[in-house]
Amino acid sequence: RVAPQLEVRLEEFELFAIDRLRVLKGISDGLSRGKRPEEMEKLVSELWKAHMRHQDPAETLNKDIISHFVLRLVYCRTEELRKWFLSMENTLFRYRFRLESPESQRLLMSEFQLPYKALPHSEFEAVKDKLSQVARSIGQSASVESVFFKVPFEEVPDLVASRRVFLSKGYAYVAMSQVVSLVVTQFRCNISKALVLTNRKWTATIKEQEKDRLTPIVEALSNAYFGPDYSQPNDATEISPKDIDQLARTSFPLCMRHMLEKLRENHHLKHGGRMQFGLFLKGAGLKLEDALTFWRSEFSQKVGSERFDKEYAYSIRHNYGKEGKRTDYTSYSCQKIISATPGVGDHHGCPYRHFGEENLRAALNNMGVGGNALEGILDKVKNRHYQLACTMTFEATHGVSCDTGINHPNQYFSESQKVLQAKNQTVQSQLST
Amino acid sequence: MGDERVEAMEIDGQQRQEVAAAVPDGFNADYLRIYYGKLFPYGDFFKWLAYGNDAKHPGCDQSYIGRRELSFTLENDIYLRFQSFDSAAELETSIKEKCPFKIDIGPVYSVDPAKRHAYAQSGNNVFVPVERELIFDIDISDYDDVRYCCSGADTCLDCWPLMTIVIKILDTSLRGDFGFNHILWVYSGRRGVHCWVCDSRARKLSNEQRSAIADYFRVYKGGENSLKKVSLTGPVLHPFLARSYTDVLKCFFEDKLLHSQQLFASEERCQKILELIPDENVASELHDKWQGNRRSSISKEDVNAARWEQLKTTLQSGKHKTQGLRRCVEEIVFSYTYPRLDMEVCQST
Repeated sequence: RVAPQLEVRLEEFELFAIDRLRVLKGISDGLSRGKRPEEMEKLVSELWKAHMRHQDPAETLNKDIISHFVLRLVYCRTEELRKWFLSMENTLFRYRFRLESPESQRLLMSEFQLPYKALPHSEFEAVKDKLSQVARSIGQSASVESVFFKVPFEEVPDLVASRRVFLSKGYAYVAMSQVVSLVVTQFRCNISKALVLTNRKWTATIKEQEKDRLTPIVEALSNAYFGPDYSQPNDATEISPKDIDQLARTSFPLCMRHMLEKLRENHHLKHGGRMQFGLFLKGAGLKLEDALTFWRSEFSQKVGSERFDKEYAYSIRHNYGKEGKRTDYTSYSCQKIISATPGVGDHHGCPYRHFGEENLRAALNNMGVGGNALEGILDKVKNRHYQLACTMTFEATHGVSCDTGINHPNQYFSESQKVLQAKNQTVQSQLST
Repeated sequence: MGDERVEAMEIDGQQRQEVAAAVPDGFNADYLRIYYGKLFPYGDFFKWLAYGNDAKHPGCDQSYIGRRELSFTLENDIYLRFQSFDSAAELETSIKEKCPFKIDIGPVYSVDPAKRHAYAQSGNNVFVPVERELIFDIDISDYDDVRYCCSGADTCLDCWPLMTIVIKILDTSLRGDFGFNHILWVYSGRRGVHCWVCDSRARKLSNEQRSAIADYFRVYKGGENSLKKVSLTGPVLHPFLARSYTDVLKCFFEDKLLHSQQLFASEERCQKILELIPDENVASELHDKWQGNRRSSISKEDVNAARWEQLKTTLQSGKHKTQGLRRCVEEIVFSYTYPRLDMEVCQST
């Protein structure tokens, strides 16, 4: 709850945080792919083992604590960062709790001031039917959970209000999963408050005090991305301006198709769009000279080539690391794109999130997606699984399944190219036999 | 009341003995005075509200009863709050003197309400309610859309049983589910009943907990905009609802209400029930069937029971697989019989 008084080496400060961040990003990925609770439980266990576990349990605990508090510093600074961090840490906590032994779960619960005793077997047998009935009445399976707690109804008002528990003689029979909810809610509440306080302290004193030591590390960490690096274009793939329209039809994800369409239509894109689309093209293999040609060919139709050279060429060269400070511009991951906030006249962002239903339907129709596939995609959108929706679009347009899920537009592009090349080879070999 | 007297005197002092001698309709302040003089149970009333603190043993909180607020509504709508009394005798004197037309029992506060100003000065919010019985207020006028015999504040032997049903369901649940034991049901004086749960556990409930209990009981989600106000989702009902249905509501509906309210006796009334069926086809199938039957020789007595049977058979036949039909029969029964609580009153501590 409170940061411990520990001495931390500077490298550990950053490394521990990065490892924990890998776990949190992994969780984020899993969630956006719509994994079921059992799958998430397994995923969390694997992630934790891979990045956080140490032979010496004391070391693990150390790392757990330090990394958490460092990340609090990193993620306290804006509302959006806080929301993400809170959500991921919450999920991490929830599944780590589930993976604990019943003993340690009980210990944790009493730490949260929820000192419940599990229902003894004889009592359980007596009310088993009723418990099963309650479970089914709220849409759960009839096979009842095995661990229940008998608590005074006053302590679980929301479960009482929604009739999600069996009541008898003033006691509520609360299932383990419901208790987990109570614990997690408390956990979330604590962290939420702590983050706000941390932010206050950060802006008031720490940021300035640490500007040569911790602050640059903290600021870099919040932008970190842990997938394949698309900042350096893969030398194997190269695209040229004349290919772009064709490639957009076959292999671009919807977000990039849309921006290309608007660029062609208006001969202009606002800054957000130029960044998102421009970096994507770079990651896909568009060389600097070709990029300049491409953008000039469009923009000069609106603002004239002189103005293009004066005002826009510089930032394109900047994106390729040819100007100013050392380039840090990796093309945007889905996560970053989804969290964008396009305003009036903007076309960047994620269409699955930022388009209204009508527009999205039309756009998907244009890609040749209809019928059940379309409805399935829209359903995912309604449940805010935007990356899943994009993955389903990929699957519908390519006729293959994509098990890894889409989490980067350049990944969509390269996977698409792979599929198409494989198809070509199949066709060729069929022709030659 | 008093007006009649004045009238009498204006008619040149004619002695209106008849008026004075006859029992007046409605309220009479003089009778109230007599009631307070001879009948009002000061001792019992006081003993109840003291909850044992008026005894002499060491566990008693002598200040307890004095911290209970009572409010009086006097003649001419004068409203006196924060009345408090340390003994039954004090209470008696005050009531006889003021002759309140209405007495409200308020909460028990942290300090004597009479001394509240002294504490308010310190600004520490020391004058707060600390105990209050758990109260439910049921008004029969909330059932106006499902009773055809009366409306508003009127009641009769045909619709009053709806209140009996409320009592049966809530009382059973308050005792069996929530473990309360000391429950007082009273006629509210006009058009409903009040329930006072007096266990000390109930008196100490927070607003949130009271709200939760009220929500536990809530099934009917009223409001002008939806035709269907009872929606029972899920493959089975929660044990509380299931028990209410099988033990109380089903037989009340079928054995009493169908007939006393003549629920299927007219086109309009049939239509109201058909509106609760989410499947258009089923509803019109039944509608057509009943159009046809109108001229048959079934006596008025039987038509309600007969049509209800037909409706049940159709809905439960399994022929129609629409989702919403699963619990339709129960939903109709609940719509017409299940308790409708006044959510506001439950919640103020």
